Amino acid sequence: MDHNIVGKSVTRLDAVAKVTGKAKYTDDFFERDMLVGKVLRSPHAHAVVKSVDLSRARALPGVAAVFTALDLPKIKFATAGHPWSLDPGHRDVEDRLILTDKARFVGDAVAAVVAEDALTAEKALRLIDIEYEVLPHVLTAEDAMKEGAPLLHENRPGNVVSSFGVQFGDVEAEFGRADHVIEGDYETSVVQHCHIESMSAFAYVDADGRVVVNSSTQIPHIVRRIVAQALGLPWGRVQVIKPYIGGGFGNKQDVVVEPLAAAMSLAAGGRPVRYCMTREEVFIDTRTRHAMKLHLKTAVDADGTLRGIHVQLLSNTGAYASHGHSIAMSAGGKFRPLYDFASVKFEPKTVYTNLPVAGAMRGYGTPQIFFALESHLDDIARRLGIDPIELRRKNLIKVGHQDPLTKNVVRSFGIPQCIEKGMELIRWDEKRRAHLDQKGPRRRGLGMALFAYASGTHPVALELAGARIVMNQDGSVTLQVGATEIGQGSDTVFAQITAEVLGLPIGMVHVVTTQDTDITPFDSGAYASRQTFVTGIAVRKAAMEVRDKVLEVAARRTGLAPAEMDIRDCRIVETALGRVVCSLEDVAMDAYYDRLLAAPITSDTSANVRINAMSYGATFVEVDVDVETGKVEVAEIWNVHDSGTIINPRLAEGQVHGGVSMALGAALLEQMLFDPQTGKALNNNLLDYKLPTILDTPRINAAFVETFEAAGSFGSKSLGECPVISPAPAVRNAVLDATGVAFHKIPLYPQVVFEKFREAGLLAQRSVDHV
Amino acid sequence: MQKRIALKVNGRPVQIEIDIRESLLDVLRDRLQFTGVKQGCSVGECGACTVLIDGVPVNSCIYLAAWADGKSVTTVEGIAQDGRLSPVQEAFVEEGAIQCGFCTPGLVLSTTALVESGKRFTHDEVRRELSGHLCRCTGYQKIIDAAERALREAEAASE
Repeated sequence: MDHNIVGKSVTRLDAVAKVTGKAKYTDDFFERDMLVGKVLRSPHAHAVVKSVDLSRARALPGVAAVFTALDLPKIKFATAGHPWSLDPGHRDVEDRLILTDKARFVGDAVAAVVAEDALTAEKALRLIDIEYEVLPHVLTAEDAMKEGAPLLHENRPGNVVSSFGVQFGDVEAEFGRADHVIEGDYETSVVQHCHIESMSAFAYVDADGRVVVNSSTQIPHIVRRIVAQALGLPWGRVQVIKPYIGGGFGNKQDVVVEPLAAAMSLAAGGRPVRYCMTREEVFIDTRTRHAMKLHLKTAVDADGTLRGIHVQLLSNTGAYASHGHSIAMSAGGKFRPLYDFASVKFEPKTVYTNLPVAGAMRGYGTPQIFFALESHLDDIARRLGIDPIELRRKNLIKVGHQDPLTKNVVRSFGIPQCIEKGMELIRWDEKRRAHLDQKGPRRRGLGMALFAYASGTHPVALELAGARIVMNQDGSVTLQVGATEIGQGSDTVFAQITAEVLGLPIGMVHVVTTQDTDITPFDSGAYASRQTFVTGIAVRKAAMEVRDKVLEVAARRTGLAPAEMDIRDCRIVETALGRVVCSLEDVAMDAYYDRLLAAPITSDTSANVRINAMSYGATFVEVDVDVETGKVEVAEIWNVHDSGTIINPRLAEGQVHGGVSMALGAALLEQMLFDPQTGKALNNNLLDYKLPTILDTPRINAAFVETFEAAGSFGSKSLGECPVISPAPAVRNAVLDATGVAFHKIPLYPQVVFEKFREAGLLAQRSVDHV
Repeated sequence: MQKRIALKVNGRPVQIEIDIRESLLDVLRDRLQFTGVKQGCSVGECGACTVLIDGVPVNSCIYLAAWADGKSVTTVEGIAQDGRLSPVQEAFVEEGAIQCGFCTPGLVLSTTALVESGKRFTHDEVRRELSGHLCRCTGYQKIIDAAERALREAEAASE
């Protein structure tokens, strides 16, 4: 289909603001009389606060307030950034207090100080006297479930947050019928989002007595609700403002600092208080990606037909539930619309431990399950002597596939083309031949992996998006959306959709990038790769309404019927003749100033999107393995995506580059380490935590197979999280191809790779002697 | 202890009384409101707070404000001239090197220093020169493209 603006690499709307330093982030706003908030954190992984003496801290000059859980409403609340559920059975676990009276991990927040400056606040923290009763703690999910293990929360026996699972078909019967039953264990590690902007908020009480919170968040409307719930305020008494944000990746799809920032302001008589975490605090007291252990058991025939799969998943959610079991359930839902299993049994367990809290992170459980599944498929292919790509091709679903559980129907499915394109781009067959019979210390290998992902959360949660368009006197429009720009480029995509529908150049669409819950249309925010798909539908609907109104006003002016006209490049055109009949500005001015009929052209609408579109893709990678050092380097990598119509190719490439880079970090370098004795984080800073630098990052190649998704705006579906899913298993499979050694846990960092190579007898005796 | 320092920020003379324990980052952001200087880690790991001191890229979070006495400091706010983007800024915009934008000011400044050095850099040298900047959004791809474009254009302009 031919479009003027959709499908073009329009420059992102905020590029100039960001490249000149004019873009203002949460910490760039200063209020007069602003105070600084700091937090006292538990040194113990599990301990009850026995007694508190705040007198010395309160006496320090420059201290405005010092408080603990005892000074706050004792309201348990849930922090996960989900739309509120009217059904109490479907709500997130309410297990949090703003400050805790029982520490459940090293770093749990037990007291807060508000002071004139950071130094005074730090000094006051040291003057707080707290006596703890230290309890035994557990760091692994297995230990946490053992008989007699210390319980983190009163109402969760065995520390199990949930073990709700799903199934269809009869997997046990398939195990009996199939030619082979193949099992495998796979494991992922704790990684962190590492957005470069910290987690930060500032709050004050305004002249009307309302609590105003400015925050670096992906979900302003949800933050409003949760701040109100945590403080026991009516929801309308809270206002949340979200300016530019310096990355989120899911960490800011959770309410972490805002209720405490608001409590700090309330404790200081409503004065503005800034609570900005240090980097070290961000690592331990925001969220992480769930470490998961997966046991896969698959029924497969000799010809490679996958008959059934039993997935047992153990997810370590740390000290509080946060998004908790939703993430395990998300994992279980994403592979079904990719491979046509006759039966699936998905048995997840999400378990509390005394570690920092795991929550939403780009991919939401999907990178973990696809690491397991796509590694497992290569292991199966080897066992059966089938080509790994053929094994996958043989078992793909087809367009029209309906998920037996969600009833969601796949309407566009570009995986076969993604595979074909990926093989061609990386020269799969040619390189496979070249890699045969490698014996030396450096070996090349090829790997690939597929993935499926969704566009938003339907039918699990509400998918409501709001958009408002006002046409200005000159025919330009101002667009407001409740979904947030967090760097992914959604504002630019929304402007493109609006401009396309309204026949405007992109410069005539102004997007209000700040969300303010007092004035921004209601929308749950940026997560689940929902913005282009879900909010895009609302934006298109709003733009269509504006278009209809423009043509109605033009009809009054020209005598033509609305259906006979179109808007093209700011002009009203008689479609049949291609003749300009008036300017868009003429129409807008009539709408504002006609003495009889004036009514400015606006649209304020929302879309309740009760449909989902599956996105797909594949990673193809060639690795270079140094057998003697255990170092794995990516020689060439391609991510090929089916995200429907690509609205903005350059922004889409950017999403792929960043997602693949994040996935390679998890595959090869990154993991949070904890002292097994104390539970204390060992590398909660950007020096010891191996976030990939520019030197660690290979050239990343993005390619697209553009299907047309009937449900999405202009045929589009999700992309943002997709690139982070398949690179890790592809790398793992490439190492297997290069060396014959199958790894079952990421990251594949040199030490573990080296040790496993030695175990596998890959190292010549000579080099072992030198170790 | 207080100390009065005199420095230039983006070409304009500034005199200010500072606490000798303050970092240049804090003075630039909190006292002078140059909020284009970003705070990412406060300990010299991420590069977001990079400014140029007499033309040399420095992490302002681990540089005492007192040391800037008598020096010339350039922040991202000082790069565009008369409302026009510099060639480095243009390259970042054109190549799509910007996502959340938080690492962008520091990278623009380090790239500016490379361009202004008048030296030639290989692809690997550009990567090494910019390796003090962490970015979680872009996979660095388009950042390298932007830096190389700016260097290429500067070289072409000087020939």
